[in-house]
Amino acid sequence: MAVARGRRTLAAIFAVVTLASGCASPDEPTPPAASAPSGAFPVTVGGVTLGERPDRIVSLSPTATEVLFAIGAGPQVVAVDDQSDYPSGVPVTDLSGFQPNAEAISAQSPDLVVIANDINGIVKALTTLRIPVYLAPAATSLDDAFRQWRELGTLTGHPADALVTQVGTEIDKLVADLPQRAEPLTYYYELGPELYSATSTTFVGALLGRAGLTNVADPADANAAAGGYPQLNQEFLVKANPDLIFLADVTCCAQSAATVAARPGWDTMTAVRTKQIVALDDDVASRWGPRVVDLVRAVTDAVAKVPA
Amino acid sequence: MGPARRRPGPRGHGRGGQGPGVTRLRPLWWLTGPLAVVLAGVAGLAFGPVPLPPVAVAAEMLNLIPGIRLESGLDEREVAVLLRLRLPRVVLGLLVGAMLALAGAAYQGVFRNPLADPYLLGVAAGAGLAATAVIALDGPRALLPAAAFTGALAAIGLTYLLGAAGGRERSPAALILAGVAVAAFLEAGQTWLMQRHADDLREIYSWLLGRLATGGWSDVRMLLPYVLVTSVVVLLHRRELDVLTVGDEEAAGLGLHPRRSRLILVAAASLGTAAAVSVSGLIGFVGVIVPHTVRLLAGASYRAILPLSMLFGAAFLMLADLIARTAVAPAEVPIGVITALFGAPFFVLVLRTHRRVAL
Repeated sequence: MAVARGRRTLAAIFAVVTLASGCASPDEPTPPAASAPSGAFPVTVGGVTLGERPDRIVSLSPTATEVLFAIGAGPQVVAVDDQSDYPSGVPVTDLSGFQPNAEAISAQSPDLVVIANDINGIVKALTTLRIPVYLAPAATSLDDAFRQWRELGTLTGHPADALVTQVGTEIDKLVADLPQRAEPLTYYYELGPELYSATSTTFVGALLGRAGLTNVADPADANAAAGGYPQLNQEFLVKANPDLIFLADVTCCAQSAATVAARPGWDTMTAVRTKQIVALDDDVASRWGPRVVDLVRAVTDAVAKVPA
Repeated sequence: MGPARRRPGPRGHGRGGQGPGVTRLRPLWWLTGPLAVVLAGVAGLAFGPVPLPPVAVAAEMLNLIPGIRLESGLDEREVAVLLRLRLPRVVLGLLVGAMLALAGAAYQGVFRNPLADPYLLGVAAGAGLAATAVIALDGPRALLPAAAFTGALAAIGLTYLLGAAGGRERSPAALILAGVAVAAFLEAGQTWLMQRHADDLREIYSWLLGRLATGGWSDVRMLLPYVLVTSVVVLLHRRELDVLTVGDEEAAGLGLHPRRSRLILVAAASLGTAAAVSVSGLIGFVGVIVPHTVRLLAGASYRAILPLSMLFGAAFLMLADLIARTAVAPAEVPIGVITALFGAPFFVLVLRTHRRVAL
């Protein structure tokens, strides 16, 4: 897996190089000392300039955490937010990416902060404190996600090109292996039992579009005024009669094939009758990290099962 | 609200000198209520994000009457849309609207304050905090109605205790102020919970903005007993509400038990509010706007205000929900947004045209 390979790379880096870290906390074991073998610092990406390789990274984005560990920058990560739960063993703190607090972040003495949302002027606040911030907002496409991975690779001294190639290839293969159909299948992608959905303009919608699926939610946010995340009307959904239902609200909201089938009127839908209700992993489905392959695999597996 | 006005005389509410019990209600007004309900109900059934031919809708409605079997031409999914989604939603709008408006009218009478409604007294905030806690702490969703009800009763209890803390004399203004404080406190707790559980924000938010979107007939069945109990209790106390408007001493002089009547009315109204809120989320403005509009149009007697509030509240919410589900179809607008957006200007309009009997 990507993670294991990344760690091997990192071990190699550690074996070779040494770099004094001025801001490591005293209780920290021997500072992971390194200078990037491939990365020539200083680097500038996404408006961030780093003079040398960061050794105290704070990630306030679960996706960024997954990416950092996948590319081998894990040992440089000293703190992650309360939502980062993958891979196991990440240094979870009670820092929040939703309510970022500049003082609490600076207490970690970071030399790089990665965050998904510029909430409450956090980027400005951290910049004032001379802490470099890399903003990695929700990706709008797979290419956008790949760009972020590469930029994180450059910033941390762990090029992400191999990871990007691997993930891109795997997704292409999964999609290419799908059976040909005369009529594209339709799907409904559920973000919550209040019938929030994602249109094709979103990251996940675009991904499912690559699998040749038609999104029934698209007319609900045709001009993208809802940012691609409209709340759908139940009447409309029953009438739209999707072939597949993907649930990204399994863990958060206890939804399942059974709860969906029990909703009034839903038993008339094709997806319910043919049992094409796919329970996704909420976390995998809402992040744009390397595990996006798992999401595509769950989708293509379900699509392949529908008789062409 | 101003300083407590403990003993408002017959003119205390500024009702243009109109004493309570003087019913200005003309027969015409009695017709408008049921008419509004029927029109709103028919509109609610006829229109929706899924276009259904009116003739087919009428045929399916007639099919509900035992012994009638008409061919509507609708397919199975369209029948499900009409009978299992649209019809229960319209009925739910009717029940929730009637309940919130009736509760608002009852609170206004009990607390002798035209601003009293489930929101100002903390009832909705109590239900909101409890429901938020259930969602945020991953409690079973089946607990939502019970939790909302418990929260509502706890909040009104707290409001009552705080409002009474100033002394034996319960002034309506003190109660309202206590309600505002309780609501602010509970909403702060709710905001804190929401921040701690950002994952659940969408679900909580959706609930806070109100929705008649999902439950179907199960919500109607859940709500109906509470609506019946609340309606019967409050409507039976319509005379007491009229007498209470003149003040406790006068009410006692007329052989009533003001405190007991208040308690019963508050409990009934809170029960109805909590039940409505637990299935529909927080839908603001109905409880304050509808009774006022009725009062401005039909006079100051609760014998008219209570039943007409129920009818107009039902019609108002059915129409608001029709807009909520069609305005940006096939997406939805939260109904709380609609009630505020249309309710507030409408209220101002009524206020301006009937200024002489305003508040």
